[in-house]
Amino acid sequence: MLRFTVRRLLQLVPILLGLSVLLFAWLRALPGGPAQAALGERATPEDIEQYNRLFGLDQPIWIQYLRFLQRAVTLDFGNSTQYGRPVTEVFFERFPGTIELTLAAMVFAIGVGIPLGYVAARRYGSALDSASVVGSLLGVAVPVFFLAYLLRLLFAVELGWLPGSGRQDVRIDATRITNFYVLDGLLTREWDAAWDALLHLVLPALALGTIPLAIIVRITRASVLDVVNEDYVRTANAKGLSAATVRRRHVVRNALLPVSTTIGLQTGLLLSGAVLTETVFAFGGVGLALRDAITYRDFAILQGFILLLAVVYVLVNLLVDISYGVLDPRVRVR
Amino acid sequence: MTALGDVRRRRIDELAARAGQVPEGEGGVSLTRSAVRRLRRDPVAIAGAVIVVVFLLVAALAPLLAPRDPVTQYLLSEIRPGSIPGPREGFPLGVDNLGRDLLSRLVYGSRQSLLIGFVSTVLGVVVGMALGVLAGGLGGWVDTVVMRFVDILLSIPGLLMAITVSVLLGQNQYALMIAIAVVQVPVFARLLRGSMLAQRGSDYALAARALGVRRGRIVFGHVLPNSLSPVIVQATLSLATAIIEAAALSFLGLGDPDISRPEWGAMLASAQDFLSIRPALAIWPAVCIIVVALGFTLLGERLREALDPKFRR
Repeated sequence: MLRFTVRRLLQLVPILLGLSVLLFAWLRALPGGPAQAALGERATPEDIEQYNRLFGLDQPIWIQYLRFLQRAVTLDFGNSTQYGRPVTEVFFERFPGTIELTLAAMVFAIGVGIPLGYVAARRYGSALDSASVVGSLLGVAVPVFFLAYLLRLLFAVELGWLPGSGRQDVRIDATRITNFYVLDGLLTREWDAAWDALLHLVLPALALGTIPLAIIVRITRASVLDVVNEDYVRTANAKGLSAATVRRRHVVRNALLPVSTTIGLQTGLLLSGAVLTETVFAFGGVGLALRDAITYRDFAILQGFILLLAVVYVLVNLLVDISYGVLDPRVRVR
Repeated sequence: MTALGDVRRRRIDELAARAGQVPEGEGGVSLTRSAVRRLRRDPVAIAGAVIVVVFLLVAALAPLLAPRDPVTQYLLSEIRPGSIPGPREGFPLGVDNLGRDLLSRLVYGSRQSLLIGFVSTVLGVVVGMALGVLAGGLGGWVDTVVMRFVDILLSIPGLLMAITVSVLLGQNQYALMIAIAVVQVPVFARLLRGSMLAQRGSDYALAARALGVRRGRIVFGHVLPNSLSPVIVQATLSLATAIIEAAALSFLGLGDPDISRPEWGAMLASAQDFLSIRPALAIWPAVCIIVVALGFTLLGERLREALDPKFRR
């Protein structure tokens, strides 16, 4: 298992190198190059020349790349033009918010999706089954940001049941330790702050969780349908095992294998791309920062965040592969 | 062998491999013909096809169907902050915040939305297929190099990739199409390569080689045509995602700024500001996007089952 993991980790190296080349080239390929990107459209040629000299942009391109790589390895992506602070600092301040949101969304998607998919499969052809199939098709077809707006309009603006923007009420003067607002509230025993942060998660999590929910329902249903027709389930039934035992030990256990990988893949996607949902709910995670970076053409943020998020995505995918090896012994052999 | 996203890639490869299997008990009937036969009896597939055809017709006949010009402004005297005129005589769905007829914009919008969907998918398929043929047809070090590149592309989440390309190319309709296409390229490349590898080991490919047919001819004349079915399925499904993705990019301010071409995604994005005044402005384009995406998805899913030997009975 250890060798399997180490080999997988080593295989990441070329991927990450390739990624860094792509994003390095991306910033250089922008109209006007990095100097214009940093100084803005009204920079004079003298300004640009001075900037280029200052940051070594007059050096040969491969030296520039090596320097970029050297800094990237130490997580140094320069300063954000919007905030005037290091990109990495902004990232680590924002990322806990996105993690919180992703966890909340996945709890919703898994908590509803697996039972629903299971029941739909066991009552194959029933009204509930048809409804879950239609629902899971619709869930993927609805633009996320539209759904987010509808939820916000209904539950936050019209009914006023839940907060519809931000991560916490600004009037709450909460102590920050980890930047996970809910966790911070619990650690500092500021219960109302934790509760408020939790309420702020509900609507964004519902919006963000819809697509994973639709996919999890579909995969669970298909996978349970596959498994109940397997010979070993028939054998288990024929042996006279109780229905509950067959369900737990034979059906659910085997059916959840593909579901667990789906969950992993979706978690990776949500962590890296809650841009739309965070924008609608003004939820201060990495997604909102990315949207602002697009609006204000903050290329340092764009480059650094995209690279960091791609690394997160790749690492989550790696974890999925490894867990797949743990869950399904057949994979390890290859 | 491979380094990351193994599960995701394995899934693509499985699809590819399955299409290469020879169906049992269906000797003499071509894969395509038996698929068409089954699709014609499948109500879900027909529903999907009807949706797609209806919207294609609307797009083609837009000038005849739209009651008004989609960019001319009407009823301007009645538009005030907090009030946008609703449906009335001559304006079946009302007008938008700038006084343009909503129904006409939806009708004309189908052109641009479907065009973005089709062009970006075709672009993604063509480039992806070129890479796939290169890798699957030549094998060896070409295969390794191409697939490593594809792996790198797969390691960037779709929306982030589209944003990156879009920021680089600027805001116009071609940039939008390319940004969406780039996300599709690695998927098609991998799918076609896997499918071709599965076909290369087949008896007919061996027979052709034994007869002394040149490699190029085997690849393009035998292996490629037989490897296409998973690509066709994926392309149908990609049309749905492409249209939704275009809406997402418009929402982020990375859409096509040309106001002479109404597009559902852009309409939906700009209607968000008036959601509490006139929700219909957002709901109609959203419904169009959802229905079209559903149409392509239904068709694609059923096509997959029809072409997949595993589902044959």
